[in-house]
Amino acid sequence: MKMKLLPALVLIGLVLAWELLVRAAGIPAYTLPAPSLVLATLIANFGSLAGSWWFTLKITFGALALACAGGVLIASVFALSPTLERALLPVAVVLQVTPIVAVAPLILIYVQSTTAALLLCAWIVAFFPILSNTVVGLRTADANLRDLFRLYRATPWQRLALLRMPSALPYFLAGLKISGGLALIGAVTAEMVAGAAGRETGLASRILEASFRTETPKMFAALALLVLTGVLIFTLFNALSRAVLGPWHASESSRTD
Amino acid sequence: MSEASSPLISLHQVHKRFGGSLEALRGVSFDVRAGEFVALLGPSGCGKSTVLRLVAGLEAASAGRVSAPALDDGGGATAFVFQEPTLMPWASVFDNVWLPLRLAQRSRAACAPLVRQVLATVGLADFERAYPAQLSGGMKMRASIARALVTQPRVLLMDEPFAALDDITRQKLNGDLLRWWAEQRLAALFVTHSVAEAVFLSQRVLVMSVRPGRIVAEVAIDEPYPRTAAFRSHPAFVDACRRLGEALEHAAA
Repeated sequence: MKMKLLPALVLIGLVLAWELLVRAAGIPAYTLPAPSLVLATLIANFGSLAGSWWFTLKITFGALALACAGGVLIASVFALSPTLERALLPVAVVLQVTPIVAVAPLILIYVQSTTAALLLCAWIVAFFPILSNTVVGLRTADANLRDLFRLYRATPWQRLALLRMPSALPYFLAGLKISGGLALIGAVTAEMVAGAAGRETGLASRILEASFRTETPKMFAALALLVLTGVLIFTLFNALSRAVLGPWHASESSRTD
Repeated sequence: MSEASSPLISLHQVHKRFGGSLEALRGVSFDVRAGEFVALLGPSGCGKSTVLRLVAGLEAASAGRVSAPALDDGGGATAFVFQEPTLMPWASVFDNVWLPLRLAQRSRAACAPLVRQVLATVGLADFERAYPAQLSGGMKMRASIARALVTQPRVLLMDEPFAALDDITRQKLNGDLLRWWAEQRLAALFVTHSVAEAVFLSQRVLVMSVRPGRIVAEVAIDEPYPRTAAFRSHPAFVDACRRLGEALEHAAA
């Protein structure tokens, strides 16, 4: 119980220190707003911020869903055909190592719909951890179990579905935890590059917009929503991983918290 | 029994090389008849496991002739028990035991009575929903043996299955194994490096030497089954252990 409270206490302490510092030093709100002001701004503007939040959430989870589908599908193809893996993995690596901020302007030129362009940017960032983790996971099936499947004349499909996929599950879920955070970063980065254009805009556009008008408290309010989103994604996938792997996998079953 | 005349498993002058240089087996020949219990005894690295893998069709001989049910029948005629329980950690005990039948495209519902019967045989009737991580080492091995027995195989290949278990569990499983073997009329080929285990279990013990693996001695254990714990102090048991111990010393030298 004490160990559970500790991180929360540290967090509360930091926010309090921030509040006290701003008040004691008399820092103006356009430089650094106190947490209480950020909260008040968030509540006052929640109506307009909520729409942008929803848009960012849509892009993030949309990209993540496509990253899961694409990553797992491509990893399965690689598992069934090592030749294709050798041929295509370098392409995936090139996609991964190219900084998304640098490619985003190009994608915005080539893709007509801004929403589709943002989705594509977030997808490029999010899909690689899932792909590479799943590829590794599909290879880690126990050697004796593989022999057992051979002994019982398992078909390639049975080997994939009943042995390699379950073996890859812990790796896939670890990839998903990384990709969850990356999808959010990808969505925000791409929107920063796209600017506050278009009918529907996300939280990144609101931050840019507020920064042009020197509305620092509003910037912090939008930022707070982004942080909250990131924490929610992390918590969600941690819980998912625990629910799926809890009964059998060492990474989850030996946890004491 | 007419099967007694023609062996179920037969190796004739089998050689096995890995890569270009490593000679694992040299001129190995032996037969196993239907329903017979044969132990392969030898020091580590003598190629005992390689012999089992040849019989299971998991490796091919470099030279010589191997004939065994696994090489011509479909899956299921031959079962393999590894040194580790080799259970799927993500599947329940029931689903692990169902696996060989599932791979033969047989539905869960259709297999349920058979799976439950085998689980009852090995003493895991109450654990069909448990995951392997929740079982003790001995129970995991029981589940592994249940999976081997579920296809009602003619050949049971075991690669030091009890080596990682404590002595008490091991002796209990040895006794149980003999019972299951007798009930199912299996041909069992049992790899071990324990002299006492080989003598207790088998009708014949083949002693192998270190690399390249060869069969250097064969000792028949003519004591009838069922064998109980009392057999472990029987003069015939002690005598066979002494003879095998000497043969092993030569084999390791």
